[in-house]
Amino acid sequence: MRRLFPHPYLTLTLIVLWFLLVNQWKLGSLVMAAFLGTAIPLLTSAWWPDRARVKHPLGLAAYSALVLWDVIVANFQVARIVLFMPRDRIQSNWITIPLDLRSPEAISLLAGTITMTPGTLTSDMSACGRALLVHALHAPDPDAVRDEIKARYEARLKRIFE
Amino acid sequence: MTQVLDLFLSAILVGGGIFAIVGSYGLLRLPRPMQRLHAPTKATTIGVGAALLASSLGGLPLTGTVSIQEWLITLFLLLTAPISALFLAKTLILRGEADPNLPDSGTGSPWATLGEERPDP
Repeated sequence: MRRLFPHPYLTLTLIVLWFLLVNQWKLGSLVMAAFLGTAIPLLTSAWWPDRARVKHPLGLAAYSALVLWDVIVANFQVARIVLFMPRDRIQSNWITIPLDLRSPEAISLLAGTITMTPGTLTSDMSACGRALLVHALHAPDPDAVRDEIKARYEARLKRIFE
Repeated sequence: MTQVLDLFLSAILVGGGIFAIVGSYGLLRLPRPMQRLHAPTKATTIGVGAALLASSLGGLPLTGTVSIQEWLITLFLLLTAPISALFLAKTLILRGEADPNLPDSGTGSPWATLGEERPDP
């Protein structure tokens, strides 16, 4: 079983995605979905040797809702900076975020969250994987941004994944 | 009822359009390459999200169903936008156009883009 389905979550996701794509309930679609859901994880398992462990799937849903809300709120803030702030008063800053997370899936989710919440952009990772380089569009106080990212996003992801 | 929905969808479309314009305007207005990189990540999240939400609910009065394929586009955008932004940022760093003085990583090892080249495994 483990060998045939190296990533059960990925298999399930692919089946659901295929049904959303074809947008109708047919037996033929189910066969195709099952085929893709089996073949793609098998063919790509060489590049994803570990198994993603999600301890609290419900926490993941709550986390998505939080991020969605933050994206909307932060968009207004960034629009204000772009439209009204004089160019020479925009203080862009680099922020180094030391990571407590260790699971690669959680770190990529955190990096994606930082990029999607406007105003901050994940730019690089340290070669050892223990720190993220983040660029902030306007951050007079870089330490406050770092603390907020760690408390608001990283702590939640740590609870969900580790 | 349809009129209320139409008004609601129009408001969403106009609002999303405004954010898309602001994102493009930011691309023009911001002076430095790293700052300009912020603009496209904004336009995709709100601008495209609003257009897709309107498209998804738009057929409701005609067909009585909510189209879900738009949600897939949103999902794929949310997955791919951070990755393309990261690639652009790494390119800027590698070409030295981002900033000559990057902060220290604080872990003892350099940033991955500037570290030693590793052979393919």
